[in-house]
Amino acid sequence: MTSMTHLTPIDYLLMLVYFAVVLTVGWMLRRSTKTSTDFFLSGRSIPSWVAGLAFISANLGAQEVIGMGASGAKYGIATSHFYWIGAIPAMVFVGLFMMPFYYGSRARSVPEYLKLRYDEKTRTLNAVSFAVMTIMSSGISMYAMGKLFNLLLGWSFDMSMLVAAVIVLAYIFLGGLTSAIYNEVIQFFLIVFGFAPLVFLGLRAAGGWSGLQVRLAEISVQRGFQPGALTHAWRYMGDPSQNPIGVEWFGLAMGLGFVLSFGYWCTDFLVVQRAMASESMAAARRTPLIAALPKVLFPFLVILPGMIALAVDWHAPGVGSHAISAAGQGIIPPKIDGLTGGPLIDQAGHVVLDYDLSVPMMLIRFFPAGMLGLGLTALLASFMSGMAGNVTAFNTVWTYDIYPSHIKKGASDEHYLWMGRAATVFGIALSIAAAYVAASFNNIMDLLQLVFAFVNAPLFATFALGMFWKRTTGHGAFIGLISGTLAAAIHHGISLAGGSVPGVKGGYFGVHIVYRSELGQTFWTAIAAWVTCFVVTILVSLVTRPRVEQELVGLVYSLTPKPVEIDDHWYQKPSVLAVIVLTVTLALNIIFF
Amino acid sequence: MSGAARFDIRIPIGILFLALGVILAIYGVATHSDVTLYERSENISINLWWGLVMVVFGALMLYFGTRPPKIVAT
Repeated sequence: MTSMTHLTPIDYLLMLVYFAVVLTVGWMLRRSTKTSTDFFLSGRSIPSWVAGLAFISANLGAQEVIGMGASGAKYGIATSHFYWIGAIPAMVFVGLFMMPFYYGSRARSVPEYLKLRYDEKTRTLNAVSFAVMTIMSSGISMYAMGKLFNLLLGWSFDMSMLVAAVIVLAYIFLGGLTSAIYNEVIQFFLIVFGFAPLVFLGLRAAGGWSGLQVRLAEISVQRGFQPGALTHAWRYMGDPSQNPIGVEWFGLAMGLGFVLSFGYWCTDFLVVQRAMASESMAAARRTPLIAALPKVLFPFLVILPGMIALAVDWHAPGVGSHAISAAGQGIIPPKIDGLTGGPLIDQAGHVVLDYDLSVPMMLIRFFPAGMLGLGLTALLASFMSGMAGNVTAFNTVWTYDIYPSHIKKGASDEHYLWMGRAATVFGIALSIAAAYVAASFNNIMDLLQLVFAFVNAPLFATFALGMFWKRTTGHGAFIGLISGTLAAAIHHGISLAGGSVPGVKGGYFGVHIVYRSELGQTFWTAIAAWVTCFVVTILVSLVTRPRVEQELVGLVYSLTPKPVEIDDHWYQKPSVLAVIVLTVTLALNIIFF
Repeated sequence: MSGAARFDIRIPIGILFLALGVILAIYGVATHSDVTLYERSENISINLWWGLVMVVFGALMLYFGTRPPKIVAT
């Protein structure tokens, strides 16, 4: 198969410079990585702005960049709900209210907090599912990278994956979490500098925001919606049939804004680890808040390119790749039907667009040699840093939460440091294996992701009850989590999104509820899981024996002294930062209502 | 606090962006008159201009990263 574009030596030169800097950073950091605390928690000495940028970067893998661009083309500006209500409130909450317990308890990982607060079994449940999940997502990310660069540039799938894996392995092996965090910050700036000019050029070509609105209004009508459905975030959220996301405001606010968002940003060790590595309690609390500031603005960087891709054309006739057939929309090509080799057509007779190519097509469309190298380096960087984030979280959870409790207790610090490095190596090896599984058995990966969605959905109930209700018991938490997961599986089993076939998409216990879209189904599955976990945890806690209050000091809100805000400047106070972030978010919601 | 002193993160960021910016800008100057190359970027000599922006950013990062720490009066 021929590639869609070609790189010139200047593009490769830019990539090489980036790789050289990344590896040098790892090499230079090896000397300051002497203890397991250095390796897994950066010696708890990271300034808050660095931890904050790493906090969002760890989540800003390429799946995010590619996926949000794709969603921008699918759902329009309403995709920003994934940021404005699907991330910001939870990030503010974890900074203001939960960080005092994560950081203050001196837990070294999120599962370890569960061990301190509840018991060993709750921790192990969380640690094992988290470990498997991180390996899987790192594998899926590698697979996506190999596939994309093969399609775009004709690079060998195996080679591009292997090179990326070796570079990530090298810098984490040498510098541990610090190395990952430093590279995440570098990647943050690369993404900003790689994508800002893309949005600028794209908006110019589309005739600014107003030109984009006009063009997207036509497309919106073609898809059977009101003209403004792609350019308004809230106006059509009253009825799932009126907006492209296919969900109503309540399911969106509760499912995405509350259950899924708080479940991810407040409990996922991948992001929380960055805050735990900061230099002080105040810095730890500021970390998610500092992260939230750029996060509020990220829709413009990652969602707009997808929307623009719908609205612009190739700059000259016949330019672009011959693989791109005229059947697409804007510069987004159609998906290819494996049987006919022509564009894929859905049951309704519409061409199915390959939305995941929106952002890569934008890079090819607007960037000349030189800038193209920069843009692709940013993309490559985000793939690698997504992988690195997962691997550092995995090696920590393995070494602190699984290995010492179940395999070797009470070993020396050198031993655990050694184990961390070994876990980095086998973590990456397992990721590569997972990538090949994803490449050959797509269904297995879909199924696994589904299972983990069920495991994750109830988590926030467990943490919220643990932190804010001293009566919650370990048995309550454990049984609550299991029931929540079961509730998710049952709800998913009796519901289906319109147009889907029963099976991995749901409906395996018979279709009793039909949702407008898969996202609607996902949000309501999460709500079912959360509510079940919340109720069951309370009920079981009430009939089991609570822990002695002295043991819970520093772990539960009512038994812990309130953190005093003693920061040097007013703008360092978490509460001030929170107000700023929430005000900007509210303003943007009103502007794009 | 454990661990030896680390270098400031702004130093590698500064070096990276300086290097990338300089390469882009030089390439931009060399290809400045190439009309077909810049047709796609709205006829803006994007390599040159964005390269310069990155040079400025890299230099600022390097400046703040290598500035001696303020001495706090006790």
